[in-house]
Amino acid sequence: MSELPEGLHALPEGLHAATARPAEAAQDDVLVSAEGVVKYFPIKQGIVFKKEVARVHAVDGVDLRVRRGETLGIVGESGSGKSTLARCITGLHPVTSGRILFEGTDITKLSKSGLKAFRRDVQMIFQDPYGSLNPRRRVGSIIGDPFAIHNIADGADRKKRVQELMELVGLNPEHYNRFPAEFSGGQRQRIGVARALALKPKLIVCDEPVSALDVSIQAQVINLLKDLQDELGLTYIFIAHDLSVVRYVSDRVGVMYLGRIGESAAAEELYERPRHPYSAALLSAASIADPDEAERAERIVLIGDVPSPIDPPSGCRFHPRCPKAQERCVAEEPALVVRDGDAADHLTACHFPVEPGEVLAHEHAGISQVSTEPELPEVEQ
Amino acid sequence: MSSFTELDSEIVPVDAEPRRVQGRTPWQLAWTRFRRDRLAVASLVVLALMVVFAALAPLWAHWTGHPYDATFPKTALDPSGQPVGPGRHFWLGADQLGRDVLVRAAYGARISLVVGVAAAVLASVIGVAVGVLAGFVGGVLDTVLARMMDITLALPYLLVAIMLATTFQLTSVAASVSLTIVVIAFFSFAAFGRIIRGQVLSLREKEFIEAARSLGAGNLRIMAVDVLPNLMAQVTVLTSLLIPTSIVFEATLSFLGVGVRLPMPSWGSMLGEGSDVFQTAWWLLAVPAFLLLLTTLSFNLLGDGIRDALDPRGDRHSGKK
Repeated sequence: MSELPEGLHALPEGLHAATARPAEAAQDDVLVSAEGVVKYFPIKQGIVFKKEVARVHAVDGVDLRVRRGETLGIVGESGSGKSTLARCITGLHPVTSGRILFEGTDITKLSKSGLKAFRRDVQMIFQDPYGSLNPRRRVGSIIGDPFAIHNIADGADRKKRVQELMELVGLNPEHYNRFPAEFSGGQRQRIGVARALALKPKLIVCDEPVSALDVSIQAQVINLLKDLQDELGLTYIFIAHDLSVVRYVSDRVGVMYLGRIGESAAAEELYERPRHPYSAALLSAASIADPDEAERAERIVLIGDVPSPIDPPSGCRFHPRCPKAQERCVAEEPALVVRDGDAADHLTACHFPVEPGEVLAHEHAGISQVSTEPELPEVEQ
Repeated sequence: MSSFTELDSEIVPVDAEPRRVQGRTPWQLAWTRFRRDRLAVASLVVLALMVVFAALAPLWAHWTGHPYDATFPKTALDPSGQPVGPGRHFWLGADQLGRDVLVRAAYGARISLVVGVAAAVLASVIGVAVGVLAGFVGGVLDTVLARMMDITLALPYLLVAIMLATTFQLTSVAASVSLTIVVIAFFSFAAFGRIIRGQVLSLREKEFIEAARSLGAGNLRIMAVDVLPNLMAQVTVLTSLLIPTSIVFEATLSFLGVGVRLPMPSWGSMLGEGSDVFQTAWWLLAVPAFLLLLTTLSFNLLGDGIRDALDPRGDRHSGKK
């Protein structure tokens, strides 16, 4: 953490005025919301005349709301649709159906010029600090790209602004003319952060921003993101599969499974009292730093693999692997609503939510599950 | 042994000044690697000499007093009408019409280099344009362009070239050179475009392309700023390897009499004329053949050197002991 940017205290003036907002924003000041967002990817066959033979249900009916100034964490296994959801929200993927409202405007219906204006407000930080920077361009040119694309500043003005951004994220502005290959992974991710900040966005979608980094570097980048949020009043959607990282950065957390949100709640609430059996299993698989506590912890081991998103299970998508599944779960899809005894923003999509203190079966094949697979920890850590 | 001496130079004295790390562009790094490749540097020198030889062709004609299309029946042919061999007046001998082979070879070098380089550059420009469009835009455009390239590759190029030459019956040298360049480029761009298309297809999935898109960059900008610069290494290598192919292509067309118009000499047409009388005048074949071999070999080695320099991950010594 010794590398924390000193530049934070010497903020470029322009950044304050446009985006800084009181952290205690009104409770219902929703910046972005998704309503029934669905994204299917067609699988096509044929050489000249392509025929759609199947579709991957990457995101299948997601509702979420992100308030101004907060961080919404999204966790889930690989293939649960987290990244696709992120790309739908940033407008990189056109949605199959549903609405995404950003400050009240449905971005799925924006014109080309409207979309370009929208892109100034929503930026993205990518997972791979090596793949997300063009290796043939100098850092100054990469960070200055947003200015060039939107015709905001050029020449000496652009250089000055880029160097301010570099200072803001803790990079040496003298490295303006270097190539990405001359930086370490953590520094490269800082370059990505600087590029995302250039247009003073209101929302930044972080798609596993630290999962490609060393643990020590992860902390630096996460703290940088948190500090920037405080300084600039940013709103984050933070996607990760590392549960402890998500807990640390998020105000609220949503758990995704097979293209749906299974549970969403305030971070502490979710981590202390998960109601969805999948959340409980996922959290029980997280590594615990204290060895004594780790020994006492009950691990819920799920059987089988995540079903294919090409042909997701009926009813509740988790039913084939759920220890609590019953007939109703196969037939009827549970709604994402507040369950008995929960806080107002604790939503669970489960017919039989886990009661506090309830111990779930260690190994349970779920209903209608035939599996001879050896037991495997399913959660990627 | 040589590896030991190489090691020695790497041992830094203890009291040496700490070396200042300096940022270098990928091209600077490539140039450093290229300079260490002796074979490639030698090829570059040979090609530079060839360019001088070709560029100074009028000077050779002036010094020897033998213009490329002038015949010298008295000095160049012996009493029985056979061309004289290499000697004091005709350094590389004379041909059966009594023309100076040295001067003609120099003019032929001009044709070979100009046609080879121009055709390769034209083919790479078209190939890059088609490949990038097909790979990046995709969809119907990709299908159309990819099939077009397949069709081009399937055409019998010599037949088409002969047909074009007989159809147009070009009389001026400039027009015949231009047609030759266009024909060669037309038959070379498809192979080029296919490789570029494949490269673009993999580049398109890179996150920095997605990042540019999320910043609001349009397709044109992404192609120009993010895709093309990442293709330059490939394009450089492919173009440098396309030059020798184009030179041989030109020689083939001229050999068959459908390339560069006579009396402008070309190595190919010199080979064609010399093949009639090579049993008595070996130099008529040997000179153009040697020059053709030297030039194409040098270009190929140069291309290999450029590839090694631009792609340090490739194992340059694979297969060699």
